[in-house]
Amino acid sequence: MIVASSKIASVSDLRTYRERLLKARDPKVRTIRVCIGTGCAAKGSRKILELLKKACEEHGVEVKAEAMCTGCHGFCERGPIVVVSPGEIFYQRVEEGDVADIFRETVMLGRVVERLLYREEADEDGGRGKGKKGGGKGKTDAEAGNGSAAAGEAKKTAAEIPFYATQRRIALAFNGIVDPTSIDSYIAAGGYSALAKVLDGMTPEQVVAEVEKSGLRGRGGGGFPTGRKWRSCREAKGSPKYVIGNGDEGDPGAFMDRSIMEGNPHAVIEGMTICAYAVGSEQGYIYVRNEYPMAVEHLSLAIRQCRELGLLGDDILGTGFKFDIQINRGGGAFVCGESTALMASLEGRAGEPRAKYVHTVEHGLWDKPTNLNNVETYATVPAIINRGADWFASIGTEGSKGTKVFSLVGKVRNTGLVEVPMGMTLRKIVFEIGGGIKGGRAFKAVQTGGPSGGCIPAKYLDTPVDFDELTKLGSMMGSGGMIVMDEDTCMVNVAKYFLNFLRDESCGKCTACREGVAQMVHILERICAGKGEKGDVERLEALCRLIGDASLCGLGKSAPNPVMSTIRYFREEYDAHIVERKCPAKVCKGLFKYAIDPKLCKACGICKKNCPVQCIFGEKKKPHEIDRTKCTLCGTCYDKCPFGAVLKV
Amino acid sequence: MSGSGAVTGGGKDIVGEILDRYGRQKGMLIPMMQDLQKERGYLPREDLVDLAERLGVPLSQVYHVATFYASFSLAPRGRHNITLCVGTVCYLKGAGAIADAIRKEFEVQPGGTSPDHMFTFSPVNCVGACALAPVMVVDDKYYGGMTVETALKTLRDIAAGTPADNKAAG
Repeated sequence: MIVASSKIASVSDLRTYRERLLKARDPKVRTIRVCIGTGCAAKGSRKILELLKKACEEHGVEVKAEAMCTGCHGFCERGPIVVVSPGEIFYQRVEEGDVADIFRETVMLGRVVERLLYREEADEDGGRGKGKKGGGKGKTDAEAGNGSAAAGEAKKTAAEIPFYATQRRIALAFNGIVDPTSIDSYIAAGGYSALAKVLDGMTPEQVVAEVEKSGLRGRGGGGFPTGRKWRSCREAKGSPKYVIGNGDEGDPGAFMDRSIMEGNPHAVIEGMTICAYAVGSEQGYIYVRNEYPMAVEHLSLAIRQCRELGLLGDDILGTGFKFDIQINRGGGAFVCGESTALMASLEGRAGEPRAKYVHTVEHGLWDKPTNLNNVETYATVPAIINRGADWFASIGTEGSKGTKVFSLVGKVRNTGLVEVPMGMTLRKIVFEIGGGIKGGRAFKAVQTGGPSGGCIPAKYLDTPVDFDELTKLGSMMGSGGMIVMDEDTCMVNVAKYFLNFLRDESCGKCTACREGVAQMVHILERICAGKGEKGDVERLEALCRLIGDASLCGLGKSAPNPVMSTIRYFREEYDAHIVERKCPAKVCKGLFKYAIDPKLCKACGICKKNCPVQCIFGEKKKPHEIDRTKCTLCGTCYDKCPFGAVLKV
Repeated sequence: MSGSGAVTGGGKDIVGEILDRYGRQKGMLIPMMQDLQKERGYLPREDLVDLAERLGVPLSQVYHVATFYASFSLAPRGRHNITLCVGTVCYLKGAGAIADAIRKEFEVQPGGTSPDHMFTFSPVNCVGACALAPVMVVDDKYYGGMTVETALKTLRDIAAGTPADNKAAG
């Protein structure tokens, strides 16, 4: 390992530095990569890393091995993840007790520990499909998920696992490979070569033109062409100019930005520095969400390392170019993901958005020209510079180029982070990569675009995913959250959940958003309580139109989406609640009843004992029954029954 | 990271130190308040008045910021901080019921502190660990795959000073 004692003084020095790093690597050393992303860390991966490091030390005489941490590998469902090289042996669901086996068998003897390999699992309740209708067109889950391997077959490397095989990684390329706490690791993998290329022979104009040509669009949700934004900022009058990285990832169910900031912070810094050079800025800010302490830690460390090596600061790589980055933590306000609200927050004010006709590229932070992009957008830039705009533009669809990272979550079997070329169908993402629905349930909808996105039903599963197609369906790309919902999800309740969220997060500046969203929540609560009135759906639609028209920022403008899309695709569920006073998914309390299945009931008496109104009767060894006239529908019996004999009907 | 209630400065000029740390720039008001909260455990009124005066920012603006952002607390916090994720995935998997149960069991309102000052309870929109849903974070430690029963047990153990190691379910 090279001690970073002095700065890298020129572009050619960076090359030499990298060559020295590569040469210093002993090819015989076995490496053990342990994921310390939030998902794996929560399941104890830091302890696993510590134990593996200790084992490497203790057995240093017998075998040369090194244990290192990496950022999120994406397959959070199967964490903690440990990868051993040579061979790229992919171990999943590793526990502390497995460390000794991994070290002895794989690291020392080069053998595979079979039980830790990935295997497709049969579902807890008896396999996939169950003959229920799967993702539209009457296909079962198993059919829709073609391409998955036969159940039970062990996979030795990530490349063999269906979850990874279909992905194409650009923004996440280094996640799971480099050590996010080491700048040497990033440089050895080719990091900062794009910055060197830019500073060495490209004019700012050429950089802007290259990004324009790549067709890259903003990954934060708006999908505005990145190159055009850079150009406007470059041409804007006024100085100083600012560059901002938006890492205020507020959409529930989305953790792409988190994983990039935690797992590969240098890619964000490199992209931002290239942008600063292109637009003519000397000061950058990264605004990180308050709930992401590890992202702050890794970014701060990365910035310190860059300053030490002369990759940030006064005279970057000896070219005279000057740029530095400061990190600001958010305060826990969703609206601050909006660009003008974020800038207000950076100025020390409450995060209230302002009208968009004053462009931030001309009048942004402190009223100066400002270029703001999402951190994922910046992390994509080095690859575009290195491999060329044409290469990037060859991936994706007509209007949406490249790849996009999605966080695939909800009732899907393989929860995790996936990066796919734009234009892949929802079906392929949910069923092939995601492995279909958990517990053999039927697919109902996939929600994209965060709280102000929309719910897309099964009949549109073959839609190619890109900015424009999702908008056509009444949803949006957003930052890339993809929440899968199954038949047990009540769509009216989901709309209520999102509107509740938006009501809490509305900054209160625009009356339409502040009062209108609250009014919609009021109506939705009424419907879910079985007190809906005729005309409620029409009232909701009228409010949606008004709020969309009369709000300043994206939060208010898109607040109607969850309601509009559920009315559009699941109108019958609204009608069932309002007219029949029934919740078809049996979620809304009071809109369904409980019954005991006499075949499953073991007459254990637990439900009887726990019923707060004593309305369950039955004798020993005889199936129990519920007295519907007294039942208050509290659901205690349903929660307490150990045999699943209490049914919702 | 969170302090346990207000620690009186004991003559130490915490506000002054924080002001110097950020070069007395008005734009750094939010980081200053974040640091203040880290030191004190919450934002005491006297300190906010002091900060506003010495920074030359109206007290109303300081309070606008303090009440706008969910992470600021104007009252002392409990010994342990419960952050319960009520993001979409956690909600779909039952976080709502867990929130209700915590509220009842420990007599604590969302954003508030229990009467015995044991817990401060903050439901948040998403902690970005959806594979662990429903997820609860207590004092920066993640507990995944929670149910009403396991969440309450985890908290009772913490209150009793015997936190069990959690094997997060997927």
